[in-house]
This record gives sequence, structure tokens and C-alpha cells, in this order.
Amino acid sequence: MSVVFYLLAALTVAGGLAAVMLKNTVHCALALTVAFAGLALFFLDLDAQFAGFAQILVYIGAVAILVVFAILLTKGSETPKEGVYSRNWLAGLAIAAGVFAVLGWAVLQSARVLPGPEGTPTATPVVTVLDIGHALMGRYVLPLEIVALLLTAALIGAVIVAMHEKEGAK
Amino acid sequence: MIEKADQIFVLLQHWLVSFLPAGLQPVAGVLLSVVVIVCLFPALFALAVWMERKGLGRIQNRLGPNRVGPFGLLQPIADGIKSLTKEDIVPRSADAAVHFLAPVVLVVTVFMGFAVLPMGRNMVLADMDAGLLFYFAMGASTELAVFMAGWSSRNKYSLLGAMRAVAQMISYEVVLLLSSVAVVMITGSLSLTKIVEAQNHYSWGLPHWYIFTPWGCAGFVMYAIAATAETNRSPFDLPEGESELVAGYHTEYSGFKFALFFLGEYLAMFSISGLGTTLFLGGWSAPFSWLGWVPSWIWFFSKLMLSIFVFIWMRGTLPRLRQDQLMNFAWKFVLPMCLLNLLVAGLWRFMGDGWPRWVVCSAILVLAYVGMGWGEMRRKHFGARSYRYAE
Repeated sequence: MSVVFYLLAALTVAGGLAAVMLKNTVHCALALTVAFAGLALFFLDLDAQFAGFAQILVYIGAVAILVVFAILLTKGSETPKEGVYSRNWLAGLAIAAGVFAVLGWAVLQSARVLPGPEGTPTATPVVTVLDIGHALMGRYVLPLEIVALLLTAALIGAVIVAMHEKEGAK
Repeated sequence: MIEKADQIFVLLQHWLVSFLPAGLQPVAGVLLSVVVIVCLFPALFALAVWMERKGLGRIQNRLGPNRVGPFGLLQPIADGIKSLTKEDIVPRSADAAVHFLAPVVLVVTVFMGFAVLPMGRNMVLADMDAGLLFYFAMGASTELAVFMAGWSSRNKYSLLGAMRAVAQMISYEVVLLLSSVAVVMITGSLSLTKIVEAQNHYSWGLPHWYIFTPWGCAGFVMYAIAATAETNRSPFDLPEGESELVAGYHTEYSGFKFALFFLGEYLAMFSISGLGTTLFLGGWSAPFSWLGWVPSWIWFFSKLMLSIFVFIWMRGTLPRLRQDQLMNFAWKFVLPMCLLNLLVAGLWRFMGDGWPRWVVCSAILVLAYVGMGWGEMRRKHFGARSYRYAE
């Protein structure tokens, strides 16, 4: 746990908290982007270049833009008078805690499954981008193709839904 | 001697850093490189603005700047002083924090892209395994800055300009990525230095640049189209279409913040030209083997400035596209061609050496281009001009 870790952790948590607490929806989206960037920097801090850059490319480059577009196109950018807190925030908190617990448990369990000599979790395996490429194109090519097919289907479905709506509006 | 001239900046850096204690040397070396990049490219920006104004003047039968200094060469300095001393106006209803952050985020992300560009032999700031991925990650982040600028201004023209810019950048980013993927497939690496090295061979005195292969040539054309759109340059300058949107997303910016947007636009042009040079035009390698004695950085910057010249030339020549034409062009023509180009690159890789692959790959690309163009033209009905008005 170095100084860098704590700085990044502070940045990410602050971004996440701001995303929940800020009044203006677009500000929330931008704060969420800060949290995404913090996560990407975490990956880079851990020498996971591919994951880090993919995080920036996908989350900041695409997801954040998508969120912002969605806010602007649905007339939600004006701040409601009664505030943005939902009435069933307790349920939300419970669900978030549940998801966090499951993820935390999975991460803690995975430390034991990692290959390597017993009791030496510090010996981190060096994974280059080339290795990831070989793995994706070799051993995991079938899951990759299935995901690609699923995404293509989703894309075509989205286009069809949007087209239908436009015809009705005319 | 030749070796020294080629490595002059690397040697200079080592010499300067050697005065410091050993512990500080790596950090100081990186800092020095960063300072050089941060100073060099704005200087090139001043030169490019002068070149653009002179060149456009020439194309439009006028003189261009000719009052400040010889041939108006000091004009950029005068403009710089002017923008520094102008009042910085922030609209009253603007979102002050986001309005201030937008130009900063834009310039910072654009500058980051230079970190992975090999500007000469051994002249790269961060030689990463995933250099290309880093570049695209940084390129994707600039879109958010553009949106921040447009949204925070609270101005309908700014917001419309930002929406146009973001839609355009997202559409053409797909093309930009896919046209570069062909290069990665052939080289087998995401590292930009490895991509340059793979092209730095000669047969009969001619280089093995990727642009001189069927898939590379098609890829370069599509890369150039996407790069022009990505940097919001004419004929894709709809986001700041003066006749429609005043100045697009930077309408409400004045003084130094506007200068930052201007700088960001040119820096993006430099960095995307630098990447195109690296991917398709052999980076810092010489165009003929007998010119190998010329320092590598001279080649890189010559190719860079040549690309800038082509950008200026296109701006002076082509009219602006319409929004629907822009989108149709990206998704219905360039993207399918890009996907086909990926297939052709795969074919090229597995057909082995020899002339058949040249014939087959060229034939596929030319046939697809002609066929798609013919089909699109058939579907168009060119009649009398019709007008549609906003309701």
C-alpha cells in the first residue's frame, strides 16, 4: 500500500461519492467519469496496461458519453425541486452492500486459486498484452465469439427499436 | 558523425541529465522530454497557423498575414499576446467550474497522446507495449472535454456544436480504430516503436511502408478520412460551422481559454498526423535507402508537416458536408470498407510472399469500392433541387 494507492483511492472514492451526492445530473455524470478514471489509474498502478487503457477507452470514451447523451436527450438535466434523493434509498443501500459483499468475497477467494507457490502471494505473474491477445484468440476464442454475436444482436435490436419509434412519430 | 546527428537529442538529454545525482536521473530525463514536447509542439502550432493563413490566402487569391515581421512570420506571436491580454468572459448562467475545466482537460488529453509517438530512432517518451491502445484511450477522452465545453456554456449554439462534435467523433473513432487494427494484425504488436521497425526495411532501395500494400493504401485513405473528421477539420468541420453555429462548442470562450481550444485543435492535428505517419508512412524511416544518412527525426517531422499541408489544402478546396451525409458516409461506406480491409489484411498475411496476393487483395478492394460506389449512385435520384424548411 503505497502513497499512490491512497491518493488514487481518495480520488476514486471522492468521484463516486460526488456522483451520488451532487444535485445536477450532468455534474453527477462527470463525477462518475472521475471515478472511472481513478479505476483506470488503479489498473495502471498494478501494471495491468491492457485493462487500464481498455477502461479509459470504454468507460470514459463511450459509457460516459452515452450517459451524458441519455441525460440530455431525456430532458433530465434540470434539477428537480425536491432534490434527487430517491425515497427508497434504503433498499438501494442494501442492494449496493450486497453486491459489494459478493464481489469482495469473490476477490478474497481468488487469491487462493491463483497459480503459484503456496504462501507467496507477492509473486505476481507478468501478463503482457501479447499474452492476453494469445489467450483471447486461442483458449478463449469461443466465449469471445459468443460475446461478439450477442453484442451484434443487441446492436441490431437497438436499431430496430429506434427505427420503429421513428415511423410511429411521423 | 551521422550516428551523432541522428541521436543528437538523445545524447543531449543524457548529457544534461548526467549533471544530476544518479537517483534523480530517470525522473529528470522524463521531465526533460516532457518539457521539450510541451515547448516544441506549441512552437510548431504557431508555424502551422502562419502556414495555414498564408496557404489559404494563396488558395483564395489574397495575401494572408503580411504586416507583422517578414512575410507576416511574427503574426502568431502578436496573436498570442493579444489572446493573453484579452478579457476572459464567462457567461453569467454558465457553469463556472466545468466551463473552466473543459479547455484544460482538452489540452492535457491531447498532449498525453504525444507520449507514445516515436519521433525518431530511440526518441519516444514512453515505449509501452500497448502504445496504440494508450493513444486511442487518450483520443477518446477529448470527446468529454468537448461536451463539457458545449454544455457548460449554457448556449444553444454551443450545445448543438458539442452534440454534433461528439456524435461525429464517436462515429469516426470506430473507423479510426478499425483502420489501425489492420496494421496491428500485420505487425503483431501494439507497440508503436515495433510498428515503425517492421516498416524500416528496403528492397531495391524502396521502403516497406504499409501504405505501399493494397490493404495499407486503403487503410491509410480511411485513416486520413477519420483523422480529418476526428480533428473537426474541413470538410468535416460541422461542429463549428460558422454559418450555422457561430463557432460551435467554443462560442462562449474568449481570451486565453479560446486560445487553448485553438491550440488543442492544432495539437490534435499534429498528434493524429504523427500517428498516421507512424502506422502507414514508416514513422521516422527514410523514403529511399540511400537517404538513410539524414537524421531520423527530420523524416518524422517532414512527414508530419506534409500531412498538415494536406489538411490545409483540403480545407481550402472542399466544401462542408451536411450532417446526414457525414453520418451516412461514416456508417454506410467507410465502416463496411474498413471491415473488408480487415479481411483483406488477414488474407495478405496468410497468402505468403509472391505476386498472387497483390492481385487478389487489390482486386477485392477495388471491386468493393467500385461496386459500393456504383450501388450508392444508382439509389440516388438526382433531380431538381428541393427545399425543406423547419416546421
